Amino acid sequence: MRKTKRRIDVSRIAVYVTIIAITIIMLLPFAWMLSASLKLSRDVFVFPIEWIPSQPRWENYTEIWTKIPLALFIYNTSKLTIIVTLLQLLTSSFAAYAFAKLRFPYKNTLFLGYIATIAMPWQVYMVPQFLLMREFDLNNTHLALICLQAFTAFGVFLMRQFYMSIPDELCEAARIDGMNEYQIWAKIMLPLSKPALSTLTIFTFVTTWNDFLGPMIYLTKTELKTIQIGLRMFISQYSAEYGLIMAASVVALIPVLIVFLSLQRFFVEGVASSGLKG
Amino acid sequence: MSGDAAKPVRVRRKVRVVSRRRRRVENTLVAYSFIAPNFLGFAVFTLGPILFAFALAFMHWDGSNPIKFAGLDNFWRLFEDRAFIAAFWNTIVYTVVSVPLTLACALGLAMLLNQKIVGRDFFRTAMFFPYVASLVAVAVVWNMIFNPEMGPVNMLLYTLGLDPKDMPGWAADRHWAMVTVILFGVWKSMGYYMVIYLAGLQGINSELYEAAGLDGANAWQKFRHVTLPQLAPTTFFVTVMLTIQSFKVFDQVYMITQGGPGTSTLVLVYHIYNEAFISWDLGYSSMIALVLFFLVLAVTVIQFRRQKED
Repeated sequence: MRKTKRRIDVSRIAVYVTIIAITIIMLLPFAWMLSASLKLSRDVFVFPIEWIPSQPRWENYTEIWTKIPLALFIYNTSKLTIIVTLLQLLTSSFAAYAFAKLRFPYKNTLFLGYIATIAMPWQVYMVPQFLLMREFDLNNTHLALICLQAFTAFGVFLMRQFYMSIPDELCEAARIDGMNEYQIWAKIMLPLSKPALSTLTIFTFVTTWNDFLGPMIYLTKTELKTIQIGLRMFISQYSAEYGLIMAASVVALIPVLIVFLSLQRFFVEGVASSGLKG
Repeated sequence: MSGDAAKPVRVRRKVRVVSRRRRRVENTLVAYSFIAPNFLGFAVFTLGPILFAFALAFMHWDGSNPIKFAGLDNFWRLFEDRAFIAAFWNTIVYTVVSVPLTLACALGLAMLLNQKIVGRDFFRTAMFFPYVASLVAVAVVWNMIFNPEMGPVNMLLYTLGLDPKDMPGWAADRHWAMVTVILFGVWKSMGYYMVIYLAGLQGINSELYEAAGLDGANAWQKFRHVTLPQLAPTTFFVTVMLTIQSFKVFDQVYMITQGGPGTSTLVLVYHIYNEAFISWDLGYSSMIALVLFFLVLAVTVIQFRRQKED
């Protein structure tokens, strides 16, 4: 009895050691980034690494705002991200309700149209999309990126999978109580779909906030740029200012970190219930 | 008398038929009103461009002069284009190496973090964080950490006694550039697939493990004969997703190696991007996109077939 207990303890210690070691490797680049963001550029590469700078240079964090219009880039990105995420949540859950709970002609054909494009790499049609936007005179506008990202097959698919798991009887009962379909969607389905909505929010927020290729193709005017291409611009302009680059990178990471941490408790549940695992 | 009695009945039936039909039309309209906002955007900005992309692959166009029909010109050009052939093989190499590696890491992490341990949520969040972190920001850190002359990784290797001559040049070295890009990809995405595996693991009935335990199975046998078969649908989904993602790889290549040195990390999407937005050869770029599409389609179909056989 005693022997097995000790063996269990040893294996548990091994598990903890492994997990902690992997976590350190995963987070090391972030720790290095944070540490370097508080250093003078010439101290960034000093080896052995001084993890906690003895004289933290907080000025790096004030200086970046004057070197590039960082505040403007953050404003642009926030605007885009919030509009895209809201439109995505609203239109996807709206369409998904019909696909999951209503009967109408050409339902399967329409849904197949969505499914068929999920596996289609965006890069396959990004050129014609660009030409279309140019035709609509939408190049160098934020509207182009909103149209591009707000209506995805992925969102409809994810929400539909979740709604399928809600029993039809719930809708039937509400119909007998005299609710119309819009009321059922707003008062019954939406409150029930928090995990799926959170998952979709994380995905949409993260993809839009971090999108690089889209803004790079569509936005060439500095005053329209997003944080990702702004950061990229900063890196190529001040390629030797390592401390500043790291400080700007930390600033670019923070909003995603906040959204992710505040919604992550729904996340595993959301992935599981929306059938994302297949 | 009897005729009078039959009349109202018939009328009422007619009214019912009309109202039923009207209700069906109404229901259809309601359903379409739910779908329309999303579908209109989707049709205009996704479906339309996809169809146009297929047509464009058989055209010559620079975006401003009139479009000319090209037949199969763009297709034959693929075979003479050295850069395309390099990009094709690099994409295959990237996929063949990174898909199994990411899959194994994700599954291993999920197995570790599916146990009851203190601080489990923190560890899960930590593993997942690279996936949501801004690519530009983490790529620049990655480049600094793996800097051949000054980066901490090579400094560490130097301290460990590796000769500076044998030191890997990482992103600047044609033999190591692909390795650097792959390592970055695995590090960044494995947390996401870990979450999917965690969801899969939670769906396994614990009675199966109890039964295997009663039969005297050890931990490895339980993993091999209970966990893996039960996870087969998850593994299928993860493999398909990972393969598609690998074929589409672009951003990280653009940030870390710009496709170089030479063509050592040039991938298909990079080539599509160059042909479209640098050379303005839109027809040819669409033809490369078409190749990418058929690659993705082929892999998906093969995976579906294999899953059916199992």
